[in-house]
Amino acid sequence: MSVSSGEEAAIEVRDVNLQYGSRLIQRDLNFTVNRGDVFVIMGGSGCGKSTLLKHMIGLYEPAQGEIFYSGQSYTQADEQQRQTLRSRWGITFQSGALFSDMTLAQNVALPMQYAGVDRAEVDDRVAFKLALVGLAGFEKYYPSEISGGMCKRAGLARAIALDPEILFFDEPSAGLDPLSARRLDELILSLGESTGATVVMVTHELDSIFAIANNSIYLDATLKTWLDSGNPSWLKMHSRHEVVRSFLSRGEAVPDQANLDKGAPGGKEQGKYTTLSKGDSEE
Amino acid sequence: MSAHVTFSQAHSEVLVVSLSGHWGKELDPVVQQELEQKLREIDGAIKLEPGNDFSWDSHFPVYLYSCMRNVKNQGCSLDLSAMPVAVRKLLQLANAVPPNTSAQSSEKRPFAPFAGTIKEAYGLLAFLGEMVFATLRLITGRSHMRGVDALTSLSQAGPKAIGIITLISILVGMILAYLGMIQLQQFGAEVYVANLVGLGMVREMGALMTAVIMAGRTGAAWAAELGAMKVNEEVDALTTMGIRPMDFLVMPRLLAMVIMMPLLCIYSFVLGIVGGAAVVLTMNMTPRMYISQLLTAFGPDDIAVGCFKGAVFGLLIVLAGCRSGMECGGSSAAVGQATTRAVVSAIVYIVMADAGMNLLFFHLGI
Ligand SMILES: Nc1ncnc2c1ncn2[C@@H]1O[C@H](COP(=O)(O)OP(=O)(O)O)[C@@H](O)[C@H]1O
Ligand SMILES: [Mg+2]
Repeated sequence: MSVSSGEEAAIEVRDVNLQYGSRLIQRDLNFTVNRGDVFVIMGGSGCGKSTLLKHMIGLYEPAQGEIFYSGQSYTQADEQQRQTLRSRWGITFQSGALFSDMTLAQNVALPMQYAGVDRAEVDDRVAFKLALVGLAGFEKYYPSEISGGMCKRAGLARAIALDPEILFFDEPSAGLDPLSARRLDELILSLGESTGATVVMVTHELDSIFAIANNSIYLDATLKTWLDSGNPSWLKMHSRHEVVRSFLSRGEAVPDQANLDKGAPGGKEQGKYTTLSKGDSEE
Repeated sequence: MSAHVTFSQAHSEVLVVSLSGHWGKELDPVVQQELEQKLREIDGAIKLEPGNDFSWDSHFPVYLYSCMRNVKNQGCSLDLSAMPVAVRKLLQLANAVPPNTSAQSSEKRPFAPFAGTIKEAYGLLAFLGEMVFATLRLITGRSHMRGVDALTSLSQAGPKAIGIITLISILVGMILAYLGMIQLQQFGAEVYVANLVGLGMVREMGALMTAVIMAGRTGAAWAAELGAMKVNEEVDALTTMGIRPMDFLVMPRLLAMVIMMPLLCIYSFVLGIVGGAAVVLTMNMTPRMYISQLLTAFGPDDIAVGCFKGAVFGLLIVLAGCRSGMECGGSSAAVGQATTRAVVSAIVYIVMADAGMNLLFFHLGI
């Protein structure tokens, strides 16, 4: 793990097991997210990335283990303390999760109203947040009247409505065309940078991972635990696990570091990633 | 040329199986049996070879795959290197990922239906309890409910349902009148048809029919609405914003229903009586007689009972509708199931509650 002692931990996950009822999804998760990090949760589909995120934002209780925010345990906290911790987070969901019977402005204003922001101030702040995500002028539109990508951006505007310290994203750019996906990722990055917020996101867009993440964890579906964590560019070259290197290289063959060093037949390994062997082209 | 198979074990222990003719859809069972018999007997390496006029279609790889599966169980291997490249590629693809061996999680316990009922009852009580807490928060002014949502729900539960309630109430009044007429004519007691219609509508049919309509109309709509919000993660979004979904989503609907149901019931009483009048007045009864009979038929306490029932039914409709919506699974099919469940369980609750209340009122002498 790449935890340097000088940095302050924003989130610590300690020995956490994730379960739905008796069904184990992930076990023994241990990692730290430092303040100001852009932290990516990676892994194949169905391995429990969304589940981990939902546990981190308190929608589910971990079956075992504890999660700390700035050193304070969320798992042990009472409802009042949890509320305080939660009020510092901004969360977007896979689909945007906008309320369909409210306009974009009302959607963004909702958390502000409940947080007791001055009525007079709300309108200006809503307009500003919508402008930040490139939706100025769409205040009076309903979610059904805008595109999927715009819904996601509006969800982002709602997530940053209260200037959160930690931003959680579940596959923000999934289902978008490459250009919009890229723009959304850049938006997230620049928002994170300019507000100094810690960003935790689930994604498998490799471009985004290398562009914006400085820390990551890889969850494995078969072993039901994490394999490696650290800076993704570093992991791509140096991970102990071939799966992780291969994931970060789009499943292309990766030379096995250990084997290459020993001069062992590394070429044999490459065959694993091509379904058809060369011999077939002869006939 | 039809399919044909020959075996040779010329050199070493490799059995060479040579397939000739056309290997396709209508494979000769005799040939098939011959080949399978051989594969079963052999436990060394087997090599398949194309023989004379060998040709194949899409049925051949399917057949070969099933042969390979059988062979694998015995621990011998099938060598396809001499087969056409397309066949080889297909089978390579089919065998690229080993078949899943982990058992599908199906928890079959002996008392499953029994446990299901208990769980259902427990879930119902838990939801009811949460509704009580939410109501207490509403009363003490700590609720997260928004007034505007309550108004929206009021209009969904009230004015928009008036049309169908009008129609049904008039018809039910007429049905009661005909029913009474047929029976009471035998005793020359037609005047009492007014009593039957009046009391029947006020104490029983008005609230019951209104509730059934509202369950099918508004309860189902709310279940679908909340179910869709659940699928769309809007409920999760609320929770993470620190807004209690119970307050925000369920309370406005409960409030609307409990306010609206008694009003709709009174409306239904009146129209039922009008419907009864329409029948009775075509027979030989004057409006005066009808009204004077009605006045003796029921009093304010009967109206109160009818309205009270209406309010209870309203609560049950919200309980059934919102609960199945909030507990909706994560797929779009689940929303449909939630809607169905909302209507069916609402009607069951309503009829059960009606029977219970009648029993109670009878013994209390109300
Ligand atoms: N609410 C739930 N109840 C039970 N199982 C669930 C639930 N949500 C997800 N799962 C299961 O948990 C596993 C992980 O799901 P998820 O976290 O959504 O994966 P992903 O990594 O693709 O986001 C999947 O096998 C899924 O079927
Ligand atoms: Mg997911």
